[in-house]
Formats: sequence, C-alpha cells, structure tokens
Amino acid sequence: MVKLFMKRGYLFGIFLFLYAPIIVLALYSFNNSHSRGVWDGFTLKWYIQMFQDRQILTSLYYSLVIGTIASLVATVIGTMAAFGIDNMKSLPQGTVMNLTYLPVLNPDIVTGIAFMLLYIFLHLQLGFMTLLLSHVTFNIPYVILSVLPRIKQLDRSMYEAALDLGATPALAFRKVILPEIMPGVLTGLLLSFTLSLDDFVISFFTTGSGVSNLSITIYSMARRGINPKINALSTLMFVSVLTLLIIVNIMMARQKAVKSKEA
Amino acid sequence: MKKTWPAYPYIFWMVIFTVVPLSLLLYFSLTTRTAAGATTFSWEHFGRFFEPIYLKVLFRSLLLAGISTLFCLVLGYPAAFILADRKLNHKNTLVLLMVLPMWMNFLLRTYAWLTLLERKGLINTLLGHIGLPPLNLLYNDFAVTLGMVYNFLPFMVLPIYSVLSKIDHSLIEAAEDLGADPTYTFRKVVFPLSLPGVVSGITMVFMPAVTTFVISRLLGGGQYTLIGNLIEQQFLTVGDWNFGSAISVVMMLIILVGMGFTSRYEKGQEGGGLW
Repeated sequence: MVKLFMKRGYLFGIFLFLYAPIIVLALYSFNNSHSRGVWDGFTLKWYIQMFQDRQILTSLYYSLVIGTIASLVATVIGTMAAFGIDNMKSLPQGTVMNLTYLPVLNPDIVTGIAFMLLYIFLHLQLGFMTLLLSHVTFNIPYVILSVLPRIKQLDRSMYEAALDLGATPALAFRKVILPEIMPGVLTGLLLSFTLSLDDFVISFFTTGSGVSNLSITIYSMARRGINPKINALSTLMFVSVLTLLIIVNIMMARQKAVKSKEA
Repeated sequence: MKKTWPAYPYIFWMVIFTVVPLSLLLYFSLTTRTAAGATTFSWEHFGRFFEPIYLKVLFRSLLLAGISTLFCLVLGYPAAFILADRKLNHKNTLVLLMVLPMWMNFLLRTYAWLTLLERKGLINTLLGHIGLPPLNLLYNDFAVTLGMVYNFLPFMVLPIYSVLSKIDHSLIEAAEDLGADPTYTFRKVVFPLSLPGVVSGITMVFMPAVTTFVISRLLGGGQYTLIGNLIEQQFLTVGDWNFGSAISVVMMLIILVGMGFTSRYEKGQEGGGLW
C-alpha cells in the first residue's frame, strides 16, 4: 500500500513538473493585468483581442498552411519513396537509408543553416516558398520511417492473388496494398503536420520578408515580453488538441468494443 | 513489383535539399575570401574553433547537456518503470499525459518558466510566504539546465517505457522462482534488458540539448552563450559564415559519431527502429 502510494506520488510529481508551466500559461490567459506575476481578476478580453490581432492571426495562418501543404507533399513523396526503397538492392538501399537518417539525426540548427546557404546560393528570396520547401524536406524522412515498416510486413501473395483473380495492378494496389499501409501513411502525415507546426529552429533560418509562423512570432515577442493574447491562443490550441485526442480515444474504444462483441 | 522508380523523386529531392546544402556548409567551412576577392582553401576556421574562448563554449555546452541528460535519466527511469508496471491502472492515459505537453509550442512552455522563476515570480513568492529569502533562479546555469530537463524529459521516459513494457514477464518470474529478491532481479534482469531504451533515451536528450540555442537564450539571458548561440551569432549578427559553417560541421561530426556508436550498440540488441 505504502509502495503504491509512493509510486503514485512520484508520477504525480513528474506530471506536476511537466504541467506547471502549461497551467501557469493557461491561468494568465484569464488574467486582467497585462504584466505576468500580478493577478488582477478574471477576464476574457485577451481571447477577444486575439481574434482581432493581425500579427497573431497571420502567423497562425502561415503555420497551418505550411503544415498542411508540407505534410501532404511529404506524405506523397515519402510513401512513393518507401515503395521504391523497399524494392532496391541492398547497397543502394543502404545508401538511400543513410541519406534518410541524416536529416533526422542532424542538429536542427545545422539543417536550418544549410538550407539558408542553399537558398542564398540559388538566389531564392527567403520567404513563404523557402519555408515550405524546408518543411517538406525535414518531413519526408519521418514519413518514410513510418511507412517502410508497413511495406516490409506486406504479404506479397495477396497482391499476386488479386492479379490472378483478374484485378488490374492499379486496382490491386488500391484494394489490397493501400489499406494495409494506411496506418503507417496516416502516422507519417500526422507526425509531419505536428513537427511542422512546432518547428522553430529551421523556420527561423529559412524564412524572410515578413513571413513568420507562430513559433517565430512567439520568439520575437519573447524578447519584449509575451502578450497574453498568445497565451490565449495557445490555451485554445491545447484544449482543441486535447478534445481531439479524447474523441479519437473514445471512438477507438467503441470500435474495440464492437469488434469484441462480433467475435 | 520490383520497381524502384517511385523513389526517384525522393532521391532527386534529397540530393538538392540535403546533399547540396551540406556540401555548401563544408565548402564555406573550408574556404576563405582573400582581400583580392578570390576564394581559397583554408583550415583557419577550424583552427580558430580551437582557441580557448571557443573551446570553453563547447565544453560548457557538453557539460550542461551531460548534466541535463543525467537528471533526465535519474528522474525519467523511475517514471518509466512505474508506467510499465503491469498492475498500473489507466496506463494508456498516463502515457498520453506524458506526451501531451509536447503538443504545446515548446517556446511558449519554456517561456512560461520565466513566470515561475522570476525574482518576483511564483516560486519566490511562495518562498517569501514561508519566510525564506528569494532565490536567484533565472539567467544562470540552473535555469538553462532546468529548461533542458523540462523540455527533453519525455524523450527519456518514452523509449525506456517502451522497452520495459516489452520485457517478457516470465523472465522476471523465473528470477523470483530461483530465489532472487526484487532488488537483485532488477539489477540482474530488468535493468540490463532495459539498456537499449536507456541508450536511445540518452541520445534523444543529449543531442538536442547540446545544440539548443533557444533554451539558453530564453532562460540564460542575452549574454549566455552555448555552442548553438555561437552558430546563430556567426550567421545572424557577426556575419562570419565561414566560421559559423566550421562550428556547424564540428557539431554535426560530434553528433553523427556519437550516433554511430549508439546505433552499433542498439543493432546488437534488437532490430532497432525509432519507436
């Protein structure tokens, strides 16, 4: 009993450590006073002002647009690449896989600077396009690493059986292979989107001319004191992610229940 | 089905966006521009990195990252161990709770520590209420280490948790049947089996900790310099791209060599993979 209590207490302590700043952030988004550290009554004004703040809305827009396009493009290129890589002979496969791991392992700051040098070398104007290209690039390896294990688990004879039964290769691919690898593709897509949304370091070095995503806006604000409007926005985003996760979990639990009933 | 063409767009992409940029970085680190405007080969930027002032920055970055990694391990291993306990209720929810903070922008979470650590912040206010003198918690090594531990702790807990929860329970039962007490079982069976998780946890914490420039900037103050800040300064304020590239190349080599060691270690254990 004592042991169980201690274990619970320890986990609670760790969670307190992880959540303390988040709770503080959320609390101060309801704080009437502009300065942090002073509590001056409850208010919702930051939430209202947030929706009127051009800078915050624009950077939210860029974060979402870049995240969406980059994760979709990366998922298409990465999924195709995973099929190609799976069919390669071992030497080229090893080389390509090392090349895939390189950006994952490389420190963000080095990747960011290398991108910056490339764009300047190519005379590309730093801005929306360069930001997007960088995000696609750092997302592709994560897609490949999520999809490739699924492809390796595929049962080839299923595909061949479909062909024998008269399916065209395209139909067999759509009906047999795609459903099997779908979980990996979705993991890759989601992972890319989150990485893209959360990235600061690479974006910081590869953007320019007034295009900034949320992270960059927050960083530039941090120097002169963060506006409570940002607290309000991130509280909203956190709550929406939380809600989404809870819904997904409930749906998965229901599906499981239905399946076990059928069986 | 033995076609490799679907990988060609990717390979093309990777050559342009990974091979070329890194080659450019290497090129800048190894060349210098003479007064006449010509570009010549030179080792001077790497040589400059070995001046005491820069070595000190490197040493400090490695030391702080090392201490943070150690704290993450000491704090994270028991947490992972408790989470992997088969008798624990609501396990999935608790693991999810461990990942959830990462869904909030990490700059903001780091920034929120300012509110807690400030001279007139929450912690010092609480200390004042119980009659203790205020502490200097911000803009020093303590704050930066705390920021690193805070940001990277889940990266330590998760791999250890995933390895621990996959351990075949019959091995533990066998040890107990053979008369080993829980401590001995842990030392001789559970801990050695969890080492691959520990190794990947250490790399996943240490690598981003060495190269961070954001945590040190926000919690260490403007004058605080780690290797990441040094790189950033060379590119964005000083404008010495050659020296900045040289530091980046050194950083990259340190990380890749370190990864080479750990991946060799992991290969001996299990198939590897990210999760």
